[in-house]
Amino acid sequence: MSKTSRTSITMPSTAKKGAIIEIRAIAQHDMESGFRYTESGKSIPRDIIRTFTCMYNDVEVFKADFYSGIGANPLIIFTTIATESGTLQFKWLGDDGYEAVNQARITVS
Amino acid sequence: MAMRRLIKRALPFHKNVLSKKIYLQLAVLSCSLLLAVSNAIAAPDGISNKKQSSYELMSAENKAMQDDLTLNPAMFWVSEGESLWQTKSGTKNIACSGCHSSIKKSMRGVATQYPKMMKGKLQTLEGQINQCRIGAQGAQALAYESKELLSLTALIALQSKGMPITVNENPQNKEEFKKGRQWFNERMGQLNLSCAQCHEDRAGLKLGGSQIPQGHPNAYPIYRLEWQTLGSLQRRLRNCMSGVRAQQFEYGSPEMAQLELFLMWRARGMPLEAPGVRP
Amino acid sequence: MNMKFDLPSKMNRRTWLQRIQKLTILTLGAWFSPAFVFAKTEDADEAIQKITSGAKIQDGKVTLIIPPLVENGNLVVLKVSVDSPMTANDYVKTIHVIAEGNPLPNVFTVYLTPRSGAASITTRVRLADSQRVWAIALMSNGSFWQGSAETFVTLSACTEMV
Repeated sequence: MSKTSRTSITMPSTAKKGAIIEIRAIAQHDMESGFRYTESGKSIPRDIIRTFTCMYNDVEVFKADFYSGIGANPLIIFTTIATESGTLQFKWLGDDGYEAVNQARITVS
Repeated sequence: MAMRRLIKRALPFHKNVLSKKIYLQLAVLSCSLLLAVSNAIAAPDGISNKKQSSYELMSAENKAMQDDLTLNPAMFWVSEGESLWQTKSGTKNIACSGCHSSIKKSMRGVATQYPKMMKGKLQTLEGQINQCRIGAQGAQALAYESKELLSLTALIALQSKGMPITVNENPQNKEEFKKGRQWFNERMGQLNLSCAQCHEDRAGLKLGGSQIPQGHPNAYPIYRLEWQTLGSLQRRLRNCMSGVRAQQFEYGSPEMAQLELFLMWRARGMPLEAPGVRP
Repeated sequence: MNMKFDLPSKMNRRTWLQRIQKLTILTLGAWFSPAFVFAKTEDADEAIQKITSGAKIQDGKVTLIIPPLVENGNLVVLKVSVDSPMTANDYVKTIHVIAEGNPLPNVFTVYLTPRSGAASITTRVRLADSQRVWAIALMSNGSFWQGSAETFVTLSACTEMV
């Protein structure tokens, strides 16, 4: 069973070579912690995004492991050096076959 | 006798019991005076003089979460709303864009006018969206708090972001408005409290560690951290009612619309912050 | 220290003040004992042991910023930054964030490279209760560094019946 959701990337589309750029990545996901109970006392199973990776022209430049303590609709703001023009690909993987991808192009001068 | 001994021991450095008694009475009197004075100062004059959005009570981080649309989780619902706007629906197989074309042009300033009388009926924004669906699209009404209705509400409300609320009392909505004012001022629930008692008389004071806001609906729909999702004004009002252990108004009921009408009138002139973020 | 608790019927002011002073110092001393303030909870300690395999963790280089007072623990902005040149020879490899008061102490882990440019991460976390949160950084030379921040988490006054 594969499921997905909307994601949003905010980063500059152009940068000077060697500049440090800030990337904001956010995915729409409830991040069910696994520590909640229904009104009748039944445990709600964990269903969260587990990993987030950023590939810069097919080279992994950033990775994050998420646990239940990450808030719903998870946001991560990180940095990377603008080394060359190309495509940044972002992937979120989670419980229950969750997978979401997004990408952004950058022109480095 | 026991009282005298207690006073003696509590204040061992006074010469006799009489002076201890006077000392204690003075202390109690000054404390109660201080409390009364501070209460009087804290209670606002009447909020029509100084309306305050609960935005002002938030931490800097939460304010930033609302203001910066790249950080605001509500934007996901807005994106969903944008695709729903273009989606053909119902027996008449027409999308919102079929009648209204561009969302930015057609919906600008709309959210600041609701609730309003439409064809003799008091409609909230959600109510009007559903009316369009049933009447113009031949589609089914969307359930309250459903992803679709919240998405469309968020999308439409966003078009009025920053614009002042323009709901006024007029001859058409006079009766409904009167009922709305009544709901606001009437005590309800097992705790027997009215909206006014907390949000009018005690706005600015503390309840359970949080400051009581004036309770304006100027940011709805909101991404509420408590809900961990986007929700409507009616959800929040039901939350308040369960808070005083009252029978909650039903979603989409006339009572809800009347109360919303009064609340929006009470917030008239305040800029719409939708889609907001609240704790 | 004469700590008799029977109150004489006639106590002069000086003796009374001295006794109150001794009591206060005793109370304050117990409250501010370092062991009480900086001890990690068991679960958090265990999680950190797993990360470091018992290696020594030095204080410093790591700055963890969370608001000191939180209105709702469901979404708290957290920023962690590590003082590092982030060059090929000297960079931050991983940062782990551990919350002492959460049912599961691990909150997130990030893996950085010299291409990261800076070791600065911002995210939004859940905090179950008022607590201390730790950030443990592993450097490229194998050393561990830590920083922490403490916060008060409050809840909304009225509960919801959905």
